[in-house]
Amino acid sequence: MNTPPLFSLNSSTLLQSDDFVLFQLPRRFEIDSLELLERWRALQKMAHPDRFSMQGDAAKRLSLQWSTRINEAYQRLKDPLRRAAYLCHLNGVEINAQTNTAMPASFLMEQMNWREALDEAGSAADFDAIEHWVETQITTTEQAVAKLLDLEPDPNAAGAQVRAWMFLERFEQSVRERRDLKLSL
Amino acid sequence: MALLQISEPGRAPDPHQRRIAIGIDLGTTHSLVATMMHGVAECLPDHEGRVMLPSVVQYLPKGKRAIGHNASHAASADPQNTVTSVKRLMGRTLADLPHAQRWSVALVDLPGMVGIQTLEGVKTPVEVSAELLATLRQRAEESLDDDITGAVITVPAYFDDAQRQATKDAAKLAGLEVLRLINEPTAAAIAYGLDQASEGLFAVYDLGGGTFDISILRLSQGVFEVLATGGDSALGGDDYDHGLSEWVLERVGLRLDTASDKSLMLKTSRAVKERLSVDRSARFIVQLSSGTIDLEVRREAFEAITQHLTQKTLQACERALKDAKLKSKDLNGVVMVGGSTRMPQIQKSAEAWFGQAPLNNLNPDEVVALGAAIQANQLVGNHTEGDLLLLDVTPLSLGIETMGGLVERIVPRNQTVPTAMAQDFTTYQDGQTALMLHVLQGERDLVSDCRSLARFELRGIPPMAAGAAKIRVTFTIDADGLLSVQAQELSTKVQAQIQVKPSYGLSDDQIAKMLQEGFETAEVDMKTRALKEAQVNADRILMATQNALSQDGAILSVQEKTEIERLMLDLKRASCEDSAALIEERIDLLAKGTEAFAAERMNQGILQALRGQHIESLK
Repeated sequence: MNTPPLFSLNSSTLLQSDDFVLFQLPRRFEIDSLELLERWRALQKMAHPDRFSMQGDAAKRLSLQWSTRINEAYQRLKDPLRRAAYLCHLNGVEINAQTNTAMPASFLMEQMNWREALDEAGSAADFDAIEHWVETQITTTEQAVAKLLDLEPDPNAAGAQVRAWMFLERFEQSVRERRDLKLSL
Repeated sequence: MALLQISEPGRAPDPHQRRIAIGIDLGTTHSLVATMMHGVAECLPDHEGRVMLPSVVQYLPKGKRAIGHNASHAASADPQNTVTSVKRLMGRTLADLPHAQRWSVALVDLPGMVGIQTLEGVKTPVEVSAELLATLRQRAEESLDDDITGAVITVPAYFDDAQRQATKDAAKLAGLEVLRLINEPTAAAIAYGLDQASEGLFAVYDLGGGTFDISILRLSQGVFEVLATGGDSALGGDDYDHGLSEWVLERVGLRLDTASDKSLMLKTSRAVKERLSVDRSARFIVQLSSGTIDLEVRREAFEAITQHLTQKTLQACERALKDAKLKSKDLNGVVMVGGSTRMPQIQKSAEAWFGQAPLNNLNPDEVVALGAAIQANQLVGNHTEGDLLLLDVTPLSLGIETMGGLVERIVPRNQTVPTAMAQDFTTYQDGQTALMLHVLQGERDLVSDCRSLARFELRGIPPMAAGAAKIRVTFTIDADGLLSVQAQELSTKVQAQIQVKPSYGLSDDQIAKMLQEGFETAEVDMKTRALKEAQVNADRILMATQNALSQDGAILSVQEKTEIERLMLDLKRASCEDSAALIEERIDLLAKGTEAFAAERMNQGILQALRGQHIESLK
């Protein structure tokens, strides 16, 4: 009680609070992943159902609820793309990846070119080249998102970048699958 | 041990009272039970000093059965009524089994799960497994001369929801309180005491009789975190036996015509395989009804015919490492588990693939049961040196069917459990008032390539234009890895939910009925059993409440505290009488009366954990 916490911790609303409050981390894109990991361990050590297996049903149920909530928040904070989408959401910008597919024409053109390249790829070198391109794109997009969320906050612009990022991740996934398929034959 | 300790309100019962917990490795070929004795985990032997119970059940006339070694001896004499490798049938339908003709027992197609035709009628794999579990429970009760508070049962990490649920049902049927299902490789990691020895990244390679698992774990600060898991729940030592058997039959030009030939052939294959782990060659001698086989088998030949199986395990290792975003050089150690890892080719292949000599210092047959016992002991609250926490993951992705027979993934594989994940869907027809949800498990995109876990319907959606309804589907996975699914239309809050009792669906009523029947044949009074269970339950809850009061009673008002103490006293009184129903009723009352207290304690604990961390990080 002597140390003032970062955010006010109110026991009755803690379960409903957002992921950053739950983990006592500042609400920003750049976070210390080691700190996140350590908080997660500390919280699970306290809340995990294994700690309550000899308790009454009420305690067991609560522990399951808490432990689930902690893991849910951890998974979201751990993954940069999901963390970015969540920050957009907290700032009132919904990603709606399924329905909102509007992208700049230049971005779509470039995507199409690379998809064509993927269809034609046959050698390990072909796949390496495509993978290198998509990895670079992801890094650039991540940096742009970090800037738009932390340094010069513009949640709408960040949201557009997050959608592009999702596109790229999906593309990266198809590259991996295609490579496994082609090169294992 | 006294079933109930009556103590004055406000005074804790003896805190040093030990609760007995056991760990069970329910294996394809052998099963074992272990417990902690004097701070060390030990496997419990039978009357003849043998710790391994062959996972074999023979059904005999008049409701009798032989289990373990006795049944094993009968396997070739009475193969139609002797069930071996039942683990391979758990949670499986006839259509799931690619080699149904290999079985010496007759398999029948039951809704949801395969059945086994015996002279005592059709048995489910759950019932057969329950016989094995009950045998081990009895062994533990006799050797420890005490009641068992609960058990941890191990399952292959790669077991899907149906297989896990079936295992849990079998334990219930065997009268065991399941503290937790834990994954076999994780149990092995605990037994290896990796927590004390070192911190870092480890791979556990577990090749058993019928299943293969690979798990990648990170051990740090008393937390065992599973990073990724993979494997094949239908690949094990049995397959090496079959491979050898088929090769031999082809060489000598014989066929297997009778059930007893099948069983003899397999037994010989297994013996020769084991021989070849020691010697460079072995003689394959067996007398079949169609002729005699006498063939010299060299180790190199055996390794060549089974090489594709070994290769399959390494592919799974590669994928697991990739999922964990690691390279084999990042690993601090590779632990070998399961009897099948005794084969020299497995040791060699693993060493070559991982680029380091695997760890073998514990008995690969016992290590899983030992780890389960350590975890069980911890779960019942017996004090242990290490303050260990296991964080395991889902082995397979989970999703639902969408238009065009495709699977939309909701929970990707390798998520730490317990977990909950949600996704929104919509209707595709104008005025659609119901939605069929088909829950699937697996890594493939097509519904037909995944395992169907359940189907349920969300009804009562108000008529809306196509695409206007917003239906949130939430998947919740508990700490045993078992799934429940909930669907809700968000604008109207119409709800539907299902506890995914996989399609074979043994309902609680069916289990109760099977339990009753089981006890009738075993001539145990069901009522006595129920009363005893209720009393043990009451004891556990009273003790837990008492501990909670002594630790955190200060957060309660005087009235609240008096009320809880009154409820406890009521339960204690009920416990001395012989009505299970009354005890259950008072347990419920106490649970309700302590709900708010439990919630507040939980919140305080979380706050404490956060503050502790926060202060740490400010330093």
